[in-house]
Amino acid sequence: MTDASAASAAAPPAVRKSSLHQLDARTKKRNASEARFKAYGLGAVLIGVAFLVALLYAIISNGTPAFTQTFVTVEVPLEPEAVEAAEASFVKTSAYREIIYTALAERLAEAGIETDMGPEELGQILSSSEAGQMREFVLANPDRVGGTVEFRFFASSRVDGYSKGRVTRESLARDNNLSAAHLDLVDRMEAAGIVERSFNWDFIFGADASDSRPEQAGIGVAMLGSLFMMFVVLFLALPIGVAASIYLEEFAPRNRWTDLIEVNISNLAAVPSIVFGILGLAAFIQFGGLPQSAPLVGGLVLTLMTLPTIIISTRASLQSVPPSIRAAALGVGASKMQSVFHHVLPLAMPGILTGTIIGLAQALGETAPLLLIGMVGYIATNYPDGVASGFLDPNSAMPAQIYEWAKRADPAFYERAWGGIIILLLFLMTMNIVAILLRRRFERRW
Amino acid sequence: MSALWILLIVLAIAVIGYVLGRGRAMASAGGDIRNLHSLPSYYGFNAALTGLVPALLLMVLWTLGQPLVIERSVAGGLDLAAEATAADRSLLMADVRRVADGLDAAVGQGVLGGDASRALENGDEIRELLGGIGVALGSDVTEDTLRAAQRYRTMSHTGSLAMTILVIAASLGGTALAYRMTTRDFRARNTVERGVLVLLIAAACLAILTTLGIVLSLIFNTVEFFRLYPATDFFFGTTWSPSFGGGSSLGILSLLWGTFYISLIALMVAVPIGLLAAIYLSEYASPLVRSVAKPLLEVLAGIPTIVYGLFALLTVGPLLVDIFGQDGVLGVDWMGGGTAVMTAGLVMGIMLIPFVSSLSDDIINAVPQSMRDGSLGLGATHSETVKQVILPAALPGIVGAILLAASRAIGETMIVVLGAGAAARLSLNPFEAMTTVTAKIVSQLTGDADFSSPEALVAFALGMTLFVITLALNVFALWIVRRYREQYE
Repeated sequence: MTDASAASAAAPPAVRKSSLHQLDARTKKRNASEARFKAYGLGAVLIGVAFLVALLYAIISNGTPAFTQTFVTVEVPLEPEAVEAAEASFVKTSAYREIIYTALAERLAEAGIETDMGPEELGQILSSSEAGQMREFVLANPDRVGGTVEFRFFASSRVDGYSKGRVTRESLARDNNLSAAHLDLVDRMEAAGIVERSFNWDFIFGADASDSRPEQAGIGVAMLGSLFMMFVVLFLALPIGVAASIYLEEFAPRNRWTDLIEVNISNLAAVPSIVFGILGLAAFIQFGGLPQSAPLVGGLVLTLMTLPTIIISTRASLQSVPPSIRAAALGVGASKMQSVFHHVLPLAMPGILTGTIIGLAQALGETAPLLLIGMVGYIATNYPDGVASGFLDPNSAMPAQIYEWAKRADPAFYERAWGGIIILLLFLMTMNIVAILLRRRFERRW
Repeated sequence: MSALWILLIVLAIAVIGYVLGRGRAMASAGGDIRNLHSLPSYYGFNAALTGLVPALLLMVLWTLGQPLVIERSVAGGLDLAAEATAADRSLLMADVRRVADGLDAAVGQGVLGGDASRALENGDEIRELLGGIGVALGSDVTEDTLRAAQRYRTMSHTGSLAMTILVIAASLGGTALAYRMTTRDFRARNTVERGVLVLLIAAACLAILTTLGIVLSLIFNTVEFFRLYPATDFFFGTTWSPSFGGGSSLGILSLLWGTFYISLIALMVAVPIGLLAAIYLSEYASPLVRSVAKPLLEVLAGIPTIVYGLFALLTVGPLLVDIFGQDGVLGVDWMGGGTAVMTAGLVMGIMLIPFVSSLSDDIINAVPQSMRDGSLGLGATHSETVKQVILPAALPGIVGAILLAASRAIGETMIVVLGAGAAARLSLNPFEAMTTVTAKIVSQLTGDADFSSPEALVAFALGMTLFVITLALNVFALWIVRRYREQYE
């Protein structure tokens, strides 16, 4: 007899009435806790997905209005005397402005819209960029002077905000640029077809504009700055990263020096990006004397930042090439170098390219180091003159431009910032999809 | 001649070298490839590489060194008062450079002839001239500055000319040498492979150079900062009020507090959600759910931080004010403005969710299936298995993941720059605006290239602190993982 049966004999009647059909309290509790735990997990996943949805919703709902813009179409007679007088006057744009305002007032009268506002007050409906736009046109097309030209001017950011629902009559109460009466007028102008909202290519391809003219600001120049930086990153980080990985993976002896290099690379991957900005500022600008705010410097900083990412992914894809390939190459008489460059590297290439594209996408969205080397502020205002100036002249980058807009006081810029984010995310999405497709198309299972 | 042209010429010489080297090898073998030691292309590559690499190396070194040498020599020629500080000197040198660049630009645009630009003597005249072509000069151009500028121009012209000649000579010389060495018995493949290996090693060493660059640039400027501002005040001061006029107090403690507070809130959001999500996805979810939910969560990791920053500033901040602010949903008046520790922490937590979840996912998956089976076989429910078997086994890895997430949170910049506010405060209220080390690095250094005041240099000391903290966290995380990792099999 064992102890167990002896014990049960000592206390006999407490028979457990356990049944598969009737769960006891403890099992119920355990099952409830199981269900609870599972629900927590599901909840966590759902919360995470909900955050993503909220983020995307915020981006799309706030950003899409940036792609449309309210325009005012005015036919402006370009009388030679008036143009000449304007060019001769001291503040040329204000003379042009008068011509435009008069034309606008006439256009309103023609459309049968009565108003007691003077031309000067009417002009508040237009963006203050109108005179510059007209002067540029006149200078570029002197032969059109003498005729009547139809201009599409930007409406002022307030009017634009009204048509997008951002500005209401109540919110204009304390505004000294635009009044509720203007909005009534805008409603009637819209009915008459003078004011219309349409797709705004200038936002995608245009340059940044000053604080007072959010309606004119575009992200095009900053996009070009990003493009130049990506060129630098691609042409430096890809070859250097691949070379470093080939050495570490295929040739390096196991010793202290290579250990040091490996520890370094994994640590660099975890260094905060802003520290790379400090490095860029101190090494390239302070010590190396390279120009501030230049895409070249930005590209160099981002290169150093992306290198660890590229090295890590390249090494992983080199590792995934089976040793039999190397052995076969060596066996038919290839040198070690030939076996790597002729056989291993081509087979690892899809993985390397995928890693590079993901590294580039990371670099494209990085902002903090660019702030330190001065790629922020009102600088993305002109298209670069050529390739050299594209690399060396001050420019911004997409994320830095978005930051710049987010900092400005006028809420109209916020809309631009969200819109800029949509463009940035579209780029990132394309790059990631290309990376995924590359992987799907070329990935080999050995 | 511009660097681009030199580069093109050197490249052209390399291509010619390739053709010549290959041709000579073939000729020496009498056109029969079997008589050669290596494949013909190796002779070509040998000639191209010996022409290219030393010349490019020389060019890079020269481009880096020339400004330093010229600067030193020109600055030495300036009559500076004995009490002039390094700051005065750098200001004066900036003037000199500006005048010199302006004159070069004037010559380039054809406003001024080359000889005329050297003959200029009158400061005002130059100012006017340069103003005409869009180069604005700050202060008056003194005789001294002008002389220095002319000297600067002469030296940099000679320097560039010398560089052009030397680089092209090096390229030609290298090619010629390789060409001479090319015979049918020359072991070209071995030479080329050795050369390539050296290049590979150089690329791998760049990682060390980068780290070295980071450490040096931080250390030099930090030491410079501590010369101007006492280290004890920096490390133990609790007030942060920089004023570029001088007399600022730069204590790091309130910044560190903001940093840690925001990171703490971020981790409080990210760790439970990320960990539970990882457990659910690896233990409970069907393959279909997993294949949908996991990439969706990982999208959060691919979104740039500037997007999160904007989300914090424009969406989460106002939302929190609507809840906790005056006239809010809760009717409490805890929150004054949209930028607060809570805003930044919450959004940063969202950013870290995929980081925690994918790291934990890997770690949980690494726990052997036999342990799950054993626990389930003993009658434990699934959640008991997770809580009592899997989590303890995966704990070191999870702690490591959390530490890595913490280091990410401490180094995060854009979210706190936009979402946390600008006031340095030592307070416990999470609804108040506070600021962090990274945000202050940005605000002290943005667009400022003159590192002579303690207000600008403090950014380097902050960067050093940040670098040391994040590095220590990473090393600690790796150590924990290695030290306490359970070894299975």
